[in-house]
Amino acid sequence: MELIQQLINGVSLGSIYALIALGYTMVYGIVKLINFAHGDVFMVGSFVGFYSITVLDLSFIPALLISMTVCALFGVLIERIAYKPLRNATRIAALITAIGVSLLIEYGFIYVRGAQPEAYPNDVLPTDKFDIFGVSINSQSVLIFGVAVVLMIILQIIVHKSKIGKAMRAVSFDADAAKLMGINVDNTISATFAIGSALAGAAGVIFGIYYIKIEPLMGVLPGLKAFVAAVLGGIGIIPGAMVGGLLLGVIEALVSAAGYSLWRDAVAFVVLILILIFMPQGLFGKNKKEKV
Amino acid sequence: MKKKKLAGAFLSLTLAAGVLAGCSGSGSSEKSSGDGDTIKIGVNLELSGGVASYGQSIAEGLELATAEINKEGIDGKKIKLIKVDNKSEASEATSGAIKLTSQDQVAAIVGAATSTNSIAQVQIAQDNKVPVISPSGTSPEITFSKDKLNDYIFRTSFIDPFQGTVAANFATKEIKAKSAAIYIDSASDYSKGLAAAFKEQFEKNGGKIVAEEAYIAKDTDFRSTLTRLKSAKPDFIFLPGYYEEAGLIVKQARETGLDVPFMGGDGWDSPKLVEIAGAKALNNTFITNHYSSGDPDEKIQNFVSAFKAKYKDKSPDAFNALGYDTGYFLADAIKRAGSADSEKIKEALEKTADLELVTGTFTLDEKHNPIKSATILEFKEGKQVFNTKINP
Repeated sequence: MELIQQLINGVSLGSIYALIALGYTMVYGIVKLINFAHGDVFMVGSFVGFYSITVLDLSFIPALLISMTVCALFGVLIERIAYKPLRNATRIAALITAIGVSLLIEYGFIYVRGAQPEAYPNDVLPTDKFDIFGVSINSQSVLIFGVAVVLMIILQIIVHKSKIGKAMRAVSFDADAAKLMGINVDNTISATFAIGSALAGAAGVIFGIYYIKIEPLMGVLPGLKAFVAAVLGGIGIIPGAMVGGLLLGVIEALVSAAGYSLWRDAVAFVVLILILIFMPQGLFGKNKKEKV
Repeated sequence: MKKKKLAGAFLSLTLAAGVLAGCSGSGSSEKSSGDGDTIKIGVNLELSGGVASYGQSIAEGLELATAEINKEGIDGKKIKLIKVDNKSEASEATSGAIKLTSQDQVAAIVGAATSTNSIAQVQIAQDNKVPVISPSGTSPEITFSKDKLNDYIFRTSFIDPFQGTVAANFATKEIKAKSAAIYIDSASDYSKGLAAAFKEQFEKNGGKIVAEEAYIAKDTDFRSTLTRLKSAKPDFIFLPGYYEEAGLIVKQARETGLDVPFMGGDGWDSPKLVEIAGAKALNNTFITNHYSSGDPDEKIQNFVSAFKAKYKDKSPDAFNALGYDTGYFLADAIKRAGSADSEKIKEALEKTADLELVTGTFTLDEKHNPIKSATILEFKEGKQVFNTKINP
């Protein structure tokens, strides 16, 4: 019974990782850039949700939508200001810029509002407890998992059925060829940042409701964990990010369950190292041969 | 060339001697720590910077105590506070102590609020033979480090391990817990110190520690560990952390169905704790603290009303009470010493016994730590309610 309980704990944590990992993977898939500022978009989303709920007195769904919208705009802004001018620069330049943007957001935010933590109100979502065969399931964790799954399904539909999704897939396959086919590459990249950032914003609100405490540096660790999740599933592959996120959440829960809670973060990064050594293409990636 | 140097050295030596002579000449034969009817007391506190709220609160309490004491005076003399702001930094605390001892020639120093800033003053106090009283430094190292007593250093607060001992006694006697779990912040000496003392005393009382788990500050997900703790079925959980994580842990524990009593130390004492955990989750949780404004004791209620009268209806917190007590702790020693001489004050401070103050009845032990009662507070619907007072 305890094992099932631990799996449920892991899945709740994993759905948050998965939502953040989707943004990483989409951006990487299209511009081959690891957007380290993504974890901070998640943080901003969490605070936007917090202020929508406390200051504007909104309920969960409107707060979620506002946060997703603000984050989408914020993501596009970051891309236009920081990454677009470097589109043809070396990849290391873009990577360093991403780290710079990340630090700028974190400490800029601290400069504006201070570093003290904030507590989400406790009554945003009902917290009923179901006891099934000795396993207690929190209604919030069910809802969180539900919201995460719904968002992921919507994302799959957008990518595979819509026009913009088709453009995204084309650009990620070959940006130059897509441009020749009349696809507006810049807009497609912006759309990718917008969608990925909106998902991070949603993850931020969910995180706030589930874990209550939010603070300006809260994006750092979940951001890195989501990056591990994206690599685990195969970076650039959308279903991979989902599976990677959930898997990482479950691994962490099991490590704590075995009594090694202090090793939990370490294990996550050991997973990253092992994956990069033995399966660099990730669980879902195909081993592509490059022409020389 | 060599001769010139020697002559220069000789000249500067005579000059220095002259200055020194001038100094001793201007003072009285006893070390001057006040002229005639004032006793100069240095105050070296965190009035600005990172932990300014602690320093400000202590200063408020100390000023209230001084005003009360000065109504009658001590043998006709009045206390004069000379304040320096250490800006919450150890280096500033050191230079503040140097200024107070050498320039102002104070009889004693009150400060600092934190352990680090108190330790920064130790060497200067020892060298100049000026007693220092830290109102709220809880690290055992302040008065006793490297197997050596810092004989000029005192404190008003109890030390970290004491809270663990009190919590263990409370768990055994009041909660009647037979088994307990310990959940600590592995990155904090404070948390580890309390937990070690708790474990020792709880086992001495015949209890059994059934689980020991740890987290790292800034963690947010404790559900897996709590599920593990739940299956160990403890009667009681000791959680000596700070309010951010303690709040989250209690909230998540209640969601996991872990309904046993939780207990922490003064690190829980913050309004943020209630915001994070939620009022309902905090029911059936306890903390040890220096004092409670809800304690029905007459001495405490008199302090609370005097404080409210002076500070616009503000309810005094633990730091206010410790600052207030430090004032009386020192005044008592000066009275018994019958002099404002630092050396005599130090000797009188060491002999403090059964002194009844707001945060408990003081008796100093051989390591200069006050043996005094701790207050146990219970959270009821998000409010701290006075539960009981435990004597060591």
